[in-house]
Amino acid sequence: MEPSKLIQEYFRDANLPHIWCPGCSHGIVTRAITKAIDELGMDKDNTVIVSGIGCSSRAPGYMAFNTVHTTHGRAIAFATGIKMSKPELDVIVITGDGDASAIGGNHLIHAARRNIDLTVIVFNNNIYGMTGGQYSPTTPTDAFGTTAPYGNIDQPFDILKLAEGAGATYTARGTAYHTKQLISYISKAIKHKGFSIVDAISVCPTYYGRRNKSGSGVQMMVWLKDNYVDVKVYDKLPEEKRAGKFVYGEFYEQERPEYTAEYQKIIDRLRGEV
Amino acid sequence: MSDQKQLVLKREWCKGCGICVAFCPTKVLIMDTDYKCTIANIDACIKCGLCELRCPDYAIYLKEAQDEQ
Repeated sequence: MEPSKLIQEYFRDANLPHIWCPGCSHGIVTRAITKAIDELGMDKDNTVIVSGIGCSSRAPGYMAFNTVHTTHGRAIAFATGIKMSKPELDVIVITGDGDASAIGGNHLIHAARRNIDLTVIVFNNNIYGMTGGQYSPTTPTDAFGTTAPYGNIDQPFDILKLAEGAGATYTARGTAYHTKQLISYISKAIKHKGFSIVDAISVCPTYYGRRNKSGSGVQMMVWLKDNYVDVKVYDKLPEEKRAGKFVYGEFYEQERPEYTAEYQKIIDRLRGEV
Repeated sequence: MSDQKQLVLKREWCKGCGICVAFCPTKVLIMDTDYKCTIANIDACIKCGLCELRCPDYAIYLKEAQDEQ
């Protein structure tokens, strides 16, 4: 049986099925990215997908675009170089919560500060899955990991607030369960001129799920369904109903001078003066 | 138009996570004895595409009628 048209068009389907565990929702988020690209009618040859290291970063290996699988935490740094060399390219970064906010935390904040026109999709499963379930900067307080056997005492990052504070000009959060909304946020993030970031909440039943007794992939998806609320609804909820809820939606959008365009202005100005 | 779509299962890619079965609104799908997805009640299918949207392994999808050409 042949795969769907979307998969045939945008995936290296000879490499499928992918490496991710049963119930891991990284596959859902990866498909959501290609669906957004398909709906936007983007040119595959003009699109570059860059990733770092981790479960999330395996995604470009399956995607039929110009893809670069780089070093841990440095996906945004490589993507910055690619975008600076050819600003006409559409550059999308696929990264994980640890890759983006721990090992690559500096690259994340400085790319956001510069407002360089990259689209960063964070596959956020609250754990380092590939290396065996160590807690990451987005692991919730009191949750368990192999390196937090008595519960995590750290406060988790809100990656979107971090990016917004650093200067990102589009931030949104979607979940693997709320897939249609996720696709629309990815689409808006790609169209946005400037640094855009989508926090894509994914589930890891193998490491996060087992350690925290969250159940199977299905049960973790049901948890996303029951506990994530659209930010527009959340804002109208009375205080007592907000307790324990998480929010998805679009959080911040602003226009600000974009880095490669500003750089080009310097080139043009100096060439004019010579 | 929508009734021209056909539900297709690429069973060899199914890893048996059960997400499509859990979220199918009309209970078209079941897990079989091999713990893989099976289309059990196609008559109930409303072709909403939620299974395709959430299948992490791209093993189930709605095929457009014009794909046949």
